[in-house]
Amino acid sequence: MEATGAEIVVRCLAEEGVEFVFGYPGGAVLNIYDEIFKQDKFKHVLVRHEQAAVHAADAYARSTGRVGVALVTSGPGVTNAVTGIATAYMDSVPIVVVTGQVPTAAIGLDAFQEVDTVGITRPCVKHNFLVKDVKDLAATMKKAFIIAATGRPGPVVVDVPKDVTYHTTDFDYPATIEMRSYNPVVKGHTGQLKRAVQMLLEAKRPMVYAGGGVVLGDASEHLIELARLLGFPVTNTLMGLGGYPATDRQNLGMLGMHGTYEANMAMQHCDVLLAVGARFDDRVIGNPAHFAREQRRIIHVDVDPSSISKRVKVDVPIVGDVKNVLGDMLSLLKQAKERPDSAALNAWWTQIELWRSKNCLNYNRNSPIIKPQYVVEKLWEVTQGDAYVTSDVGQHQMWAAQYYKFDKPRRWINSGGLGTMGVGLPYAMGVQLAFPDAQVACITGESSIQMCIQELSTCKQYRIPVKVITLNNRYMGMVRQWQEFFYGSRYAESYMESLPDFVKLAESYGHIGMRIDKPEDVEAALKEAFSPALKERLVFMDFQTDQTENVFPMVEGGKGLSEMILAEEL
Amino acid sequence: MRHIISLLMENEAGALSRVAGLFSARAYNIESLTVAPTEDATLSRMTIVTTGSEEIIEQITKQLNKLVDVIKVMDLTDGPHIERELMLVKVKAVGSGREEMKRTADIFRGRIIDVTDATYTIELTGAGHKLDAFLEAIDPAVIIETVRTGASGIGRGERSLKV
Repeated sequence: MEATGAEIVVRCLAEEGVEFVFGYPGGAVLNIYDEIFKQDKFKHVLVRHEQAAVHAADAYARSTGRVGVALVTSGPGVTNAVTGIATAYMDSVPIVVVTGQVPTAAIGLDAFQEVDTVGITRPCVKHNFLVKDVKDLAATMKKAFIIAATGRPGPVVVDVPKDVTYHTTDFDYPATIEMRSYNPVVKGHTGQLKRAVQMLLEAKRPMVYAGGGVVLGDASEHLIELARLLGFPVTNTLMGLGGYPATDRQNLGMLGMHGTYEANMAMQHCDVLLAVGARFDDRVIGNPAHFAREQRRIIHVDVDPSSISKRVKVDVPIVGDVKNVLGDMLSLLKQAKERPDSAALNAWWTQIELWRSKNCLNYNRNSPIIKPQYVVEKLWEVTQGDAYVTSDVGQHQMWAAQYYKFDKPRRWINSGGLGTMGVGLPYAMGVQLAFPDAQVACITGESSIQMCIQELSTCKQYRIPVKVITLNNRYMGMVRQWQEFFYGSRYAESYMESLPDFVKLAESYGHIGMRIDKPEDVEAALKEAFSPALKERLVFMDFQTDQTENVFPMVEGGKGLSEMILAEEL
Repeated sequence: MRHIISLLMENEAGALSRVAGLFSARAYNIESLTVAPTEDATLSRMTIVTTGSEEIIEQITKQLNKLVDVIKVMDLTDGPHIERELMLVKVKAVGSGREEMKRTADIFRGRIIDVTDATYTIELTGAGHKLDAFLEAIDPAVIIETVRTGASGIGRGERSLKV
């Protein structure tokens, strides 16, 4: 049946079972918007800035495991979206971004709202397409969804010139498409799997280091089964939080720059390291030369071969989908007659408990000023550890990661790789729309929240009742912390002057604002915000927190994992 | 270490820029890069000459393989291979130098493909070092211009890169 390009875009999205399209109209996409107007298969969410459209689609994908979709117009629509695309790229999140383009005849002529979208997005997408012929449109959309969701997931941009949206062709949406150049490895190599299992069974000081790949690859259950079967300690990366339950005794907490003492020490001193869906990045292992000083054998499981032996040399590389690989490892382990040396394992756990007894996340609970950690702890209690938590970037992000104990995957939504301030509120929108009945909290700071604060308007329009938890210390806290430690306390441009009255601001958007000044009011305020009475309302909570609080432990840039700065003894 | 990497990719618009962009974004070296469609017009064959440690070369091949349009990647340097480059050199050729230039070109199995009363244009094919040697063998003052294609490479014997 004949269809226009615009109809094809809309019908492809419907065929893919898309629930929400986050977008913003403009000249080049008017035909597509006209088709959106005529259909009822998916809901369009009008954001207030294209960056937020991509962030919201990204959070929808992170929280549901399905491909998120954003739609923006050409030129500035695209450049605004780039931050969102790069954010999704760094954290391997499957999204499809449909971008309008000037008509094919005008491409290259510096037309109004023209930008080289394929060129500008190339370094921050998994793949991108410029569709020059309407006959290629349906197949390209199919490829975009396949590429985004399979292998190591990532963003795919489909750039559609305006004339293509009104040209017509026969529409036939393919069920699948073979691409000779794109065949991600899914199954681990049998020989390597056997070597890995042997190595795990021989371990005397084992450690499991689980990253975002466990969450993205839905491999959490396999990971839990494997760790419990072997009795091994587990650490999660910032991106992997929730991949292994935080409240489980075998979990040593997050590792890395602001990881726990026990997790970092165990990473440094283990003799066999099983890395799953993680990439040994600079924030995780610090200085690779220092990390390499201790002898250890490393098994590295990842779906992306280029993540293996990039920063750290490994002994047993296994390329494959982490869920498949862990499943195969489990079968081999169950067949094996040997078990890990229990005496050695007990001695290792004794050592770990000694490290854990440092209680490195302790802080002053009797402070007359609100401690940010306290707010996060109370949030965890009030929400029974069952909320979806998004964050922005900075100190509050680290406190959220350290003090909100995530027991389930896909509950912690943050920008780990790119570190994009401003994601928190649009992330919360994407999650809340996907899970309308869930508790969704956006833990943010007074600086980050202002980077996408216009989305309070979107939340009003679509009645998105997220709870914004602002840890307001009147500073770009992480910048301030580095300036205190490494720049002689010269706080260059990190003080946030002229803040708005957030209560009035929230109210002006039709939401509820609360200002909390005293520690004794924290719990009651949170309970009220999450009470059934306010279930349908967005509550903006402005917590006045301690300006001088720092995030500990801390591994200084360039230092080794075991060279942590700890909080002063309390 | 110098490596010659051969790859086959979909002959799509922008394919070259994906490869070139990857090298610049990740700060890899490119000594030369040649590309043209193969006998199958849907495929492009590229030869990239690069330098780097073993770790870097491993990353380069992995990153190239990760590009969605890339079908196959082979490090020709891993086995016996042949590499050839084409050079065109325009030189001043007057007086006694004219005969001398012809002889030198013959020694290097070059061909004179354009002649004026004052110039020769010489075509030379070979591995890069042979082309370098020719340029060193002639008086630099007579060189008007040179143009080189960069290396193309192929495996010896049965070794091949095909879909």
